[in-house]
Amino acid sequence: MPIAHGMAAGMGGIRTAGDLVARMQMTRKMRIREAKAYVAEKLKVSPTDLSNEHVMREVREELDIGIITSVPGCAKGIEAKARIAELLGIEIASVKRLKNKVNF
Amino acid sequence: MLKKYLTRMGDGERVEMTADEIRRDFELGTNDAADRGKIAPLTQDDLDRLLEIFTNPNKVVSVEPGNEVPLTHDIGTLRLMGDQGNSGVGIPLSRVQGIQVHERAFACDTMELGHIDYSFKPVKPVIAMEQQELENALLSTIVPLFYGAMPNLGLYYSPDGPFGNPSDLLPMGKIQEAREAQEGAVEHATRDMIYIAEKLAAVGADGINFDTTGAAGDTDMKATLHAVEYLKANTNLAVEVGMAGEFVLGMHGGLEYDGVRIAGLYPHQQVKLVEKAGADIFGPVVNTNTSKSMAWNLARAVTFIKACTEVANIPIHVNMGMGVGGSPVFETPPVDSVTRASKAMVEIAKVDGL
Repeated sequence: MPIAHGMAAGMGGIRTAGDLVARMQMTRKMRIREAKAYVAEKLKVSPTDLSNEHVMREVREELDIGIITSVPGCAKGIEAKARIAELLGIEIASVKRLKNKVNF
Repeated sequence: MLKKYLTRMGDGERVEMTADEIRRDFELGTNDAADRGKIAPLTQDDLDRLLEIFTNPNKVVSVEPGNEVPLTHDIGTLRLMGDQGNSGVGIPLSRVQGIQVHERAFACDTMELGHIDYSFKPVKPVIAMEQQELENALLSTIVPLFYGAMPNLGLYYSPDGPFGNPSDLLPMGKIQEAREAQEGAVEHATRDMIYIAEKLAAVGADGINFDTTGAAGDTDMKATLHAVEYLKANTNLAVEVGMAGEFVLGMHGGLEYDGVRIAGLYPHQQVKLVEKAGADIFGPVVNTNTSKSMAWNLARAVTFIKACTEVANIPIHVNMGMGVGGSPVFETPPVDSVTRASKAMVEIAKVDGL
């Protein structure tokens, strides 16, 4: 059933910008319009482009913030999240923890 | 002969209805919500839009491009490796693999980790295992990860817990004893939820999802609100509060939060307490009536949720699982009904997510 909802109304996760918009709702309590506007401004795209695979694939590759297919050399997992935290100007707890661990 | 449209009953059975019959059920459904919740019914424009969605000849419908919303989840990865009790399909995967499948195969916007029991209380003795699993998941995934669990205050009553069971005490007329047992359960559950969430925050969790809040009535919701209040004041966790039902049952009846009686609250009232506690996302529920049509159920659900989004100051991610939010009560909910409910919730109720 989550697949049906995803197809009908979901943003598309890391195929597009679903993870980024969700992070703004989670960290800043932003309603959907505000969250999309914030992310769109940071990515220099329109809010409608945030769920457009054709636009977002290229944007995610250029910004190296993680893409859905497995491409050697692209940021994976926490590497991508570290770049997302910087891009969106938010704190991601697991990234903060990583930084604390490497700054010994 | 009047044209008939394929639609369903609340249990998923396929039926045919004319546009007039669908519209009549819309009006009955929205008026039922308006009457119970003391809220406005859907407008004529809303009902016209809902009729367009219902009479769309395609099996699967969707929101218009640009109207998409992020999805949060419940039940963690149990839908893959769990049994039917959790709507699972029994695939032997680790939980980290399950999260990766959701991120990269299902393209989910967010995901969550959850214990096999999916209640907070059983997590306490195995919290180190949960921390370890979450650490691994956080290293290898990109989407925000919640830890999801149910407050499930039922586990604090006999025979599973230390307090007398209100379901036994109330029929015996032991009202005061039942209330005292529930107040004890609130204290223990709040303490356990805070303990678990702080441990998960320590290893980098993005958020906590309190799922099926209120399942054991007003006690359940009171414990959750106190845990949320503490966690928002003392950690950086994002908090989502998802409800169990449209109406908070008064198992205790006298419990309050911030001077408001919890029992009897509907979604547009629940959200104000959830906001007050500091939560970041609210997941309201509207239950599906199996003996009514999906037209009746969806109009009713959209009415409640629209009233909630109109007064909310935080994102609303309506619960849209089996049997709630205008989805049929059926183990494999038909996609025609599910996608119509999705579209209606986003484009008429104006939710911020599902």
